[in-house]
Amino acid sequence: MNDVDTTPVIEVTDLVRVFGKRTVLNGVSFKIHRGETMVIMGGSGCGKSTLLRHIIGAMKPTSGSIKIFGEDITHMDERELASIRRRFGMLFQSGALLASMTVGENVALPISEHSQLSDDDVDQIVKRKLQMVGLTGFEHLKPAEISGGMKKRVGLARALALDPELLFSDEPTSGLDPIMTAVVDKLTLELTRESGMTALVVTHDMTSAFRIASNMIMLGRGSIIAQGTPAEIRSSPNPEVQQFINGEADGPVPLNLSQDDHEHRQHVAPRPLISARGRLSRKMP
Amino acid sequence: MKNYLNLNLSLLYWVLVAPFSGQFFKIAPIFRQMVFIGVRAAPMVALTSFSVGVTLAMQAAHSLQQLGAEIYVPDLVTVTLLRELGPVLIAVIVIGRSGSAVAAELGTMKVSEEIEALEVMAINPIRFLIVPRFLAMLVMLPVLTILGNYVGFFGGWTVCHYALGFNTAGFILRALESATTWDLYSGLIKSAVFAWVVITIACNAGLHVDGGAEGVGQATTASVVYSLLAMLVLNAVLTGIFFFGS
Ligand SMILES: Nc1ncnc2c1ncn2[C@@H]1O[C@H](COP(=O)(O)OP(=O)(O)O)[C@@H](O)[C@H]1O
Ligand SMILES: [Mg+2]
Repeated sequence: MNDVDTTPVIEVTDLVRVFGKRTVLNGVSFKIHRGETMVIMGGSGCGKSTLLRHIIGAMKPTSGSIKIFGEDITHMDERELASIRRRFGMLFQSGALLASMTVGENVALPISEHSQLSDDDVDQIVKRKLQMVGLTGFEHLKPAEISGGMKKRVGLARALALDPELLFSDEPTSGLDPIMTAVVDKLTLELTRESGMTALVVTHDMTSAFRIASNMIMLGRGSIIAQGTPAEIRSSPNPEVQQFINGEADGPVPLNLSQDDHEHRQHVAPRPLISARGRLSRKMP
Repeated sequence: MKNYLNLNLSLLYWVLVAPFSGQFFKIAPIFRQMVFIGVRAAPMVALTSFSVGVTLAMQAAHSLQQLGAEIYVPDLVTVTLLRELGPVLIAVIVIGRSGSAVAAELGTMKVSEEIEALEVMAINPIRFLIVPRFLAMLVMLPVLTILGNYVGFFGGWTVCHYALGFNTAGFILRALESATTWDLYSGLIKSAVFAWVVITIACNAGLHVDGGAEGVGQATTASVVYSLLAMLVLNAVLTGIFFFGS
C-alpha cells in the first residue's frame, strides 16, 4: 500500500464551533477513508448540517482542524478551496438549485464551468446523470415546477455531474418515497463500491442509513456519542442510540428542552445514563 | 461598509484583472441582465421622461411669459433635462425597479443556499452573479438616460408646439443652440457613476441577507433607501464639481 491510500480522505480533529454563547460542535473527531460511506445521524438541530458546512469550507471552525485529501482546509483562501472543491460534490438539504435555471442547466452548470466539453457532450452527460436519479425528460422544467423530492434528486445529479471523488449529502432521502430512496441508496453504493467514491451522508432515515453505511457516527449535543460499523451501532448498549435507531418517543433523550437547558447541555460532555433519566423523571409530574 | 468595499474590490478584480489571467466572464448572462435591468425599464423611463418634459416646459413657460421670454423655454427644458433631471430621474426609476429586484433576487438566492451551492461548486459568486449585473447596469443606465432625454425633449416640444406656437424647426434650433455637448456628457458621466453606486449597493444588500424571507424584505428596502440617498448626494457633489467649481 502506498501513502495515498492510507491518508484518510477526510480527517476531522477536535472540531469546535461556537455560535454566540452556544457550542454547537464540541470536539468532534473522525476519519473517513477512501471508498467508505460514513453516515452521520442525530436529532434535528444537533449540528449535522453545521458539521457538513465546516467540512466543505463554508464555515470556519472556532478551533480544531479539518483535512480533506490530506490538506488542512481551515486556513485556505478562496482560490485554494476552489481547487479542492472541484474534486467533491455536495447535495444540500434543500437541494439549493438555482431557481433561475432549468433542471438541465443546473446539472450542466458545474460541467460547463469546469471543463472545455462541447455543448453536445455536456447535454449527453446531463441526460445520463438525470437518468441515474430517475428523472429522464425533466431537463426543461424550472425548480419551482418540480416536487421537493425531485429537487433533491436533481441536486444529487448536479453533485455527481463531475464524477467527484467525494460526495457530501445532507439528508438525501428525506422527502423521497421508499422506492426512490432505494434507488438513491443503490446509486451511492454503486459509486462507492465500483468507482471508489467516498461518501459522507447525513440522514434521519434508519433503513437507508443501515443500507449504505460502512461506518456510522451518532451526534448528540455537539459531540459524538457513538461511532462504529452498522453492526456495532445496532448492538450498542447506549440507550440514546437505541432510542434513536428504533425511533421511540420515550427514552433518555428528553422531549422538551428549554433554551437554557439547550445551552447548558451543549457545554457539557454526555451525561451518564442515570442522571439523564433523573432529569426526565424530575420533569414528569 | 467593509463588505461594500470588499465587493467593489473583487468586482474590479473580476472585471479588470481576471480576464488577463484567462478567467473570462461570460457574455450571454450580461445580455440577459441588460434586458432585465434596461430594456424592461424602458417604457417606464419613457413615460416618466415625457411627463417631466411636459411639466418642465409648462413651468418654464409660466415663468418666462411674465418676462416675455417664452423663446427660452426650449433652452431651459434641454439644459435641465441633460444636466440634472435626466440622470437623476432615470436613476430613481432604475433604483425602484431594477435595483430592488436585484437585491431581492440575490437575497433569495442567499437564504435558499444557492450562493453557498455556487461556492461549493467552485464557482465564484462575484464572477457568476455580480459581474453580469454590474456591467449590464453600467451600460444600461446611461443608455436609458439618453432615451429619457429624447423623450423628455419630445414632451417639451409638445407643449411648445401646441400651446406656445413654436414651429418644430425653431424648437430644435433653440434646443441645440443652448445645449453644449458638455451638458450631455456631464449627464452621462453622472448616470455612469449612479449606475456603479446603485448596482453595488443592491448587490451588497442582497449578498449579505440573513434571516429568511424577512431579511430579504429588509435588504430590499435598505438597498432602495441607501441607493437613493447615495445617488442624490453624489448628484449634488458632481454638479458642484462640473458646474460650480470654476
Ligand atoms: N449561522 C448560524 N448562527 C447561529 N446558530 C446556528 C447557525 N447555523 C446553525 N446554528 C445552530 O446550530 C444548531 C445546529 O443546526 P444544524 O446543523 O442545522 O442542525 P441539523 O443537525 O438539524 O442539521 C441549531 O441549534 C442552530 O440553531
Ligand atoms: Mg440539517
